[in-house]
Amino acid sequence: MALVKRKMGNGVILEAHQVSKWFGGVQALRDVSFKLRRGEVHALMGENGAGKSTLVKMLAGLHVPDTGEIRLNGQRVTLRSPHEAMRHGIAMIHQELMPVPDMTVAENLLLGREPCGRLPGTIDRRKLKSEARRLLSLLEAEMPVDAPMRTLSVAGMQTVEIARAIGADASVVIMDEPTAAISEREVGALFQAIRTLKSRDVAIVYITHKMDEVFKISDRITVLRDGLHVATDEAQNLDEPQLIALMVGRKLTSLQVREHSVPGRCVLSVKGLSRAGAFRDVGFELRRGEVTGLAGLMGAGRSEVASAIFGLVPADEGTVWVDGSEAHIRHPEDAMRLGIGMVTEDRQQYGLVPLMSVCQNISLAALNTCCRGPVICHASEAEVASQSIARYGIKVSHAEQRVNQLSGGNQQKVVIARTLLPEPEIVILDEPTRGIDVGAKAEVHAIIAELARQGRAVLLISSELPELLALSDRLLIMRQGKLVTELDPSTTTQEEIMQYAMPI
Amino acid sequence: MLCQFNREKIVKRWLTTWNSQIGLVIALLVTCIVLTFLRPHFLSVANLTNVVRQVSINGILAVGVTFVLLSGGVDLSLGSMVALTGVAAAHLAHPGGYPLMVPVMAGILVGAACGAINGVVITRGNVAPFIATLGMMTVARGGALVLSHGRPVSNMSPAMTRIAGDWSHIPIPALILAAISLWAAWMLKNTRQGRYLYAVGGNEKAARAAGINVRRVKFLAYVLCGALAGLAGVVLAARITTGQPNAGVAYELDAIAAVVIGGTSLSGGLGGVGGTLLGVLLMGVIGNGLDLLNVSSYYQQIVKGVIIIGAVWFDRRHQSSGKE
Repeated sequence: MALVKRKMGNGVILEAHQVSKWFGGVQALRDVSFKLRRGEVHALMGENGAGKSTLVKMLAGLHVPDTGEIRLNGQRVTLRSPHEAMRHGIAMIHQELMPVPDMTVAENLLLGREPCGRLPGTIDRRKLKSEARRLLSLLEAEMPVDAPMRTLSVAGMQTVEIARAIGADASVVIMDEPTAAISEREVGALFQAIRTLKSRDVAIVYITHKMDEVFKISDRITVLRDGLHVATDEAQNLDEPQLIALMVGRKLTSLQVREHSVPGRCVLSVKGLSRAGAFRDVGFELRRGEVTGLAGLMGAGRSEVASAIFGLVPADEGTVWVDGSEAHIRHPEDAMRLGIGMVTEDRQQYGLVPLMSVCQNISLAALNTCCRGPVICHASEAEVASQSIARYGIKVSHAEQRVNQLSGGNQQKVVIARTLLPEPEIVILDEPTRGIDVGAKAEVHAIIAELARQGRAVLLISSELPELLALSDRLLIMRQGKLVTELDPSTTTQEEIMQYAMPI
Repeated sequence: MLCQFNREKIVKRWLTTWNSQIGLVIALLVTCIVLTFLRPHFLSVANLTNVVRQVSINGILAVGVTFVLLSGGVDLSLGSMVALTGVAAAHLAHPGGYPLMVPVMAGILVGAACGAINGVVITRGNVAPFIATLGMMTVARGGALVLSHGRPVSNMSPAMTRIAGDWSHIPIPALILAAISLWAAWMLKNTRQGRYLYAVGGNEKAARAAGINVRRVKFLAYVLCGALAGLAGVVLAARITTGQPNAGVAYELDAIAAVVIGGTSLSGGLGGVGGTLLGVLLMGVIGNGLDLLNVSSYYQQIVKGVIIIGAVWFDRRHQSSGKE
């Protein structure tokens, strides 16, 4: 039956029709339409934050579109959960794989679909294993079905996930950066598995940043940019420069290029910084009055380097000099004592204490300045907080308001205010404008420009190239854990940056 | 101008604290009114004095464990620490022996030391608080049995037993509880350690990124909790005029229950001493009421359990509806 349905030709199986999605005040997707045909590998490309993940999460039932609809075989469907998507034959292989590590390969493979034993509620273990072996043999994968899942490599787990999708009779398989963490040889095996899926008329959505892969494996390519659909075309009609041109080309509207200043002396220098699995041999300098931009794709190791300098997750090797003397930074406390401040990437996880008030969140890192000994002076704390609220234009009804009641932009300004309150000489900003609206973005840009004017050294990590180009005095590019080059923002282009940032 | 602004803020802050506890206050008042109608004796000075005397020990423990719960941890070793510190204090409290300060300080210090061990194991060894303090529960109980050879340590000086007595008709344990509570409430609101407890419990990663020494904050919470357990052990020993190695079984559960009824979140970062005291009082009044109504102690346990679950259930629903 299922087989007959699949042989119905090369038509569209899954379709997103003019879908839009808002997160808070930010629109992640705007009227995007996307059509997936049976038996095709459809690559989805775009810069960080272009909306790829949001789109596939809608197809996989992890997000529900605010407007527009998802159509399966021409019928409108509502996918409220991954489970519901799975029932419709849509499987997603996640970037972070989520198997049950202590269960065996066979148990993971047939999780939720275990063959019944003779007694009700029991599992026929022999059938379980033979079915697991059958599924894996379809992918020509050799692995012991009795081994615990945790003993497998990332590639092995991926194979199990793909076999699981086949076992569940999926007609659509979504892969979010499946080759991000596997070796060359394993990529070959993955492509073989993808071809097997194709031969069974399964449609595949494939997100990747790797150019060579895209042209090797995909039939069609869709490019997203800033939540908009830019182009969909046959892979053979495109080449690499064309593809990059489609991906970048974000508009520079409302972004004023900062007037550049003469940099002062070097205040922070990093040499040979490495951490296993994150970054290797990174070295650079930060100078007073200068904004150093750090570009790279997600997973290139930018945030990891910043976290290492700030002591959140110390590096394994390498040295950091602050003001000419070697610094041993094991904790953020150490970094702050040396005059380093950092606005962390994920403000929900690392930034805010959600149940505390705006005032308490602002003063948290500099509480000792409004204390007499161990005792807090509430009047001076309120004074300091209201100064910050006024200075950074944080919109609150009163300083005692809980910080989780604010909008994303205002929450971000609270985190920035807290970081800047101890007056750090070296400021690290990791994606300071992610997920905030245009107005708040412009205000954050003004704060960054002001920091440089005051003579502080700024390290700016951002996935928004126009932002980096407009604000930075120098631009460092990271790729796959390594610092690959330094570019001059006044002469370089987004295309050139992407060429360096794209993995080879 | 500034003064008025401050006063407004103080009123606002006071109202928000009041608001989160208003349900508890109403529950307490309703219980008292109902009991007064059923048993007029309830409102007598003698009975009310009895209630505060009874809740004092649980109150001291509950204040201590409030610190730990605020930091996002838990302490299951309180009951055993009460026994160990009681035995230790009783050993040093024989008539004609040391001055009163010695057994009292010994009890508190032994408690603080146990808390410090908990703190080190949890913050340095990265052992889950549940497991670390579960281990300490057994260790401290064993320590109490070793120190006392399994027998109650009696023959206590009158000075020591007077700790459980009255001071112009007010039970001294209740005065101790009041003093501890005032100090704890002040500490949580007005010191850096207090603020950092909320920050660590509210979002540990953010607290660390803000340069807070998370380990030290947690360590101090366990030390304080242990010291207060030591104080409770001394008070209990004085009250029963012996150091009982088998005393205090399951006291930690009563203390944690009172804290949770008082609105402190088990996941940390939310709550305070005011709520804890209300929780302690509510549990005490209900226990006393059931005694007055001649409900068998077997049934009382069932009632107590139902109240704990009911209070938290109600509180969670209230909170989630108030969020949006």
